[in-house]
Amino acid sequence: MRFTRKLKEYTAGTWTLFSVGLVLLLPLFLAIGIAIKAIPIFDHVSLSDMLFSSEWQPSSGKFGFLPFIVSSLVVTAIGLVLMIPFGLLPAIYLTQYASPGVLRVMRSVIDILAGIPSVIHGVWGVLIVVPLVADYIAPIFGKDTTGYTILAGGIVLAIATLPFVLHMLLEVFRSIPIELKEASLSLGATYWETIKKVVLRKAFPGIIAAFALGVSKAFGETIAVLMVVGNVVQLPKGVFEAGYPLPALIANNYGEMLSIPLYDAALMFAALLLFVIVLIFNIFSRLAIQRSTQQ
Amino acid sequence: MGKKRKSIEENFFKYLMALFTYSLIGLLGLIIFEILMKGAPALSWEVISQVPKGGFYFGKEGGILNAIIGSLYLALGSSLLSILISLPVAIFISISLVKYEKWQHAIRLVLDVLWGVPPIVYGAFMFAIMLSLGMKASLLAGIVTIALLIMPVMIRAMDEVMRNIPLGLLESSLSLGATRFETATIFFKQALPGIATAFLLGFAKGIGDTAAVLFTVGYTDYIPESIMEPAATLPLSIFFQLSSPIAEVKARAYAAAVVLTAIILVISIFSRYLSSKVSKNTTL
Repeated sequence: MRFTRKLKEYTAGTWTLFSVGLVLLLPLFLAIGIAIKAIPIFDHVSLSDMLFSSEWQPSSGKFGFLPFIVSSLVVTAIGLVLMIPFGLLPAIYLTQYASPGVLRVMRSVIDILAGIPSVIHGVWGVLIVVPLVADYIAPIFGKDTTGYTILAGGIVLAIATLPFVLHMLLEVFRSIPIELKEASLSLGATYWETIKKVVLRKAFPGIIAAFALGVSKAFGETIAVLMVVGNVVQLPKGVFEAGYPLPALIANNYGEMLSIPLYDAALMFAALLLFVIVLIFNIFSRLAIQRSTQQ
Repeated sequence: MGKKRKSIEENFFKYLMALFTYSLIGLLGLIIFEILMKGAPALSWEVISQVPKGGFYFGKEGGILNAIIGSLYLALGSSLLSILISLPVAIFISISLVKYEKWQHAIRLVLDVLWGVPPIVYGAFMFAIMLSLGMKASLLAGIVTIALLIMPVMIRAMDEVMRNIPLGLLESSLSLGATRFETATIFFKQALPGIATAFLLGFAKGIGDTAAVLFTVGYTDYIPESIMEPAATLPLSIFFQLSSPIAEVKARAYAAAVVLTAIILVISIFSRYLSSKVSKNTTL
């Protein structure tokens, strides 16, 4: 009896230790696993060539990632611009004005939106956003496109990432102490002035962090963007041209990457680049959010 | 006069904010409506009850049963594997680290950061490992990849619930001479609805993911009979069939999208129901 209790305790303890170890070391494992496969590329192409050259000819050993990096940046930037009003305005409304009932309903709506898989956003993007860009938005600017553009990518990206950002923003606004608002109101400021000058100011670091997380999430978003962005290797000159973001490059070429020398290493380098950028963004913004919501 | 302008400004922004807020309902409605409108006509008993037959990808007979079953295997397998790792970690954070707040914050930070890592990176990582081991794309590789991907979500979801379990319970259990494992089982019972919610959350995220399984799980027209065989999944079936120029094939991509959306919505409603039970259980 005592022995089985001890055995159970020991087994559970060991398993727990293993699990905790796995979680803590996983970021390291991810980095090492990908880096090892990416190393061969560094022997043949210099880092600056990879980051700043736009020559992409895998079959002749030319791996310039610039078109993909620029596409990623532009698509993400469009996503961010759209996310700012659609994130900030509802977050302020729901935490400062809406009744608890409305907040509860909208939380459910946001949660369900957050659960919609990337590929469904892609399907929806192909059905609605691509024709919208081709038939309505592009003609306004006098452009003629198929709709599979950087702009479509950015719009779909914003929709796919918005629920995640909203969730974070609601946390940020909720953590602002009510006393601050009371103090401002008792000094004669109107409710709106209090929101503008006290709440928003207090929430500012948290807001920045929430959007930074959104940007990093958007940067890694793969399938939804890939389905609408066009996937043409070129330095995009405008939002009405096709782009080819980094995640799409990895996803599209895994099939042929083993048949061309160094191609697999190049794609692993792309994955590593993605991982490092996202990791840096995440660590800083998570720290900022932890700090601002704990006060 | 200044006052009037102030209230006009406030009202303007109030309506603007309300408009943006309620547009989210419109967005959700539009997404579901559009998927249903396109997919429902293509949906039939044949489509969900048969595997692809000869000429399927040219618009001939067959269905997406291979993808439906493959997705269920994948999501179930990875959720089970993931909860085996996640549960002890969540309990560890709330029991063993209860006096070490700094460590709690550190682990939560690592988990939140992991949550932010894109699925495609997990996919590339597993692909690198498979290359080194000489492994082929299989259900097993997919299950491991998705298990790693959903682990942070599961742990954080359980962690949020366990945080609210009163500490007194832990102290009284330990003081009566129970081992840490026995104390953990008490925690387990208290947090059971929360654990179920976390499981469903992981399941939903697992069944919907495309990028992480693109390299790892393969694709097949058959229903896998062992975990070493490749498997088809719903997201991959949508993704591949949508790029076809043939209308019948595209229609089946929309049908698959309806099936996937329906599964996700059902899980979401069910887990909402469960978590309403959680808040009843834990609020004091």
